Amino acid sequence: MTVKVRIPVPLQRLTKGKEEVDGEPGTIISLVNSLDKKYPGLAERISEGGKLRRFVNVYVNEEDVRFMNNEETEVKDGDEISIVPAIAGGG
Amino acid sequence: MGFVKGLKCRECGREYAIDPIYVCEFCFGPLEVVYDYDGIKKVLTREMILSRPQTLWRYRELLPIDGEPTSGLHSGFTPLVRADKLAQHLGLKKLYIKDDTVTHPTLSFKDRVVAIALSKAREFGFNTVACASTGNLAHSVSAHGAAGGFKRFIFIPASLEHSKIIASLAYGPNLIAVDGNYDEVNRLCSEVANKYNWAFVNINIRPFYAEGSKTQGYEIVEQLGWRTPDAVVVPCASGSLMTKIWKSFKEMKQIGLINDMQTKIFSAQATGCSPIVKAIKEGVDVIKPVRPDTIAKSLAIGNPADGFYATQVIKESGGYGEDASDNEIIEAIKLLAKTEGIFAETAGGVTLASAIKLIEKGYIDKESVIVLCITGNGLKTKEAIVGHTVEPFHINPNLKSFEETLKKIDSV
Repeated sequence: MTVKVRIPVPLQRLTKGKEEVDGEPGTIISLVNSLDKKYPGLAERISEGGKLRRFVNVYVNEEDVRFMNNEETEVKDGDEISIVPAIAGGG
Repeated sequence: MGFVKGLKCRECGREYAIDPIYVCEFCFGPLEVVYDYDGIKKVLTREMILSRPQTLWRYRELLPIDGEPTSGLHSGFTPLVRADKLAQHLGLKKLYIKDDTVTHPTLSFKDRVVAIALSKAREFGFNTVACASTGNLAHSVSAHGAAGGFKRFIFIPASLEHSKIIASLAYGPNLIAVDGNYDEVNRLCSEVANKYNWAFVNINIRPFYAEGSKTQGYEIVEQLGWRTPDAVVVPCASGSLMTKIWKSFKEMKQIGLINDMQTKIFSAQATGCSPIVKAIKEGVDVIKPVRPDTIAKSLAIGNPADGFYATQVIKESGGYGEDASDNEIIEAIKLLAKTEGIFAETAGGVTLASAIKLIEKGYIDKESVIVLCITGNGLKTKEAIVGHTVEPFHINPNLKSFEETLKKIDSV
């Protein structure tokens, strides 16, 4: 069991076209940093100075991490993470 | 035609070619259309605009399509109503209602954005259009999409007003009612848009779609006699409309259609979903998402995409924000109907109720030229006022019965 991470189109170039990758349990920010080792450049796109970027939304099992502990939210084996550009929708 | 230069990230400034894309690959910032304003300035004069049909396409050089428009050919150019009775009631001098309750064809300002989005979707060669909607957009994409011969996937929260669901179904789209709130629908749609090659008007077509909202601002300026108002009160869901009205005023000044621009922009939200107004009141630009709980379902976006930029518009223009409770919304809907004969949907109640507070608290000067943006028709959300209106008089079909009732009415 691992953590499933769904990758949005703008980042799929970094994951060699993969829509979903496996991550390690821990906090969101540690997960992002560990993914960066396998897919260099990913962490820089999603986060800045240890915080999630303003225009990135991250969901754990469909729940917005801002309703939990932001980038410090803990994820465990079997959780599903979605990284979604924040700029979408309206009316 | 051809005044669009490309797309550019609002955050880091990276440039992109015109494509159905909406976020910067590097910083996830929103992409925005870049125009050749010097070129537009040479051709788009007041006379040119005035010579054209009264639709939103009279400002076409400032809209992001390359060829002839193919959708929403009759949309826009709604009345700017001088609201003297309402003004008198509120102690104001010059109050106007920008009345988008009568936008063609689906009676909300969403026909403006969809006109651009579907014209652009056709230029890109899409045959399927889609949207994530709080109701008005569903209605509009269903209608414009039907007229344009597009296959349509319309995603809505299942809990929308019955009137709005029926209004969309009439056009025969694929209506996907999601068991969740709008923010959940929106997240789902971002993932669907990732996977399917459709024109999602407010996702991958968003940079073009959102530009349609500028036409409301252009019209206000033209209808006021080529001047901007002193104050504009705009309802906020994602915050996009407000940022685009601000942009429209700046553009008109930049290309010389107006010389001066001194407008304060005000944000109106429902108390049960006010992440933007809360940030304005607290003086911060970090938008904390909320779980919406309001009768103003068309504004029930707890995680507003343009929330940050909306707070910047307020700061830049020197405006402010207010929010209205469900009861205040209902009372304001009735006040607008009784004074001006305009029946607005719940979002209109939010705008008027918030405006009243902004006036009472002194944020809006009573002597100034004020415009309220009323963005949708009351027939779309009539459920909201059921039980809050006067009751009909029931009589038998004879004169005696009528005159007995008339006596009762006269005695009140």
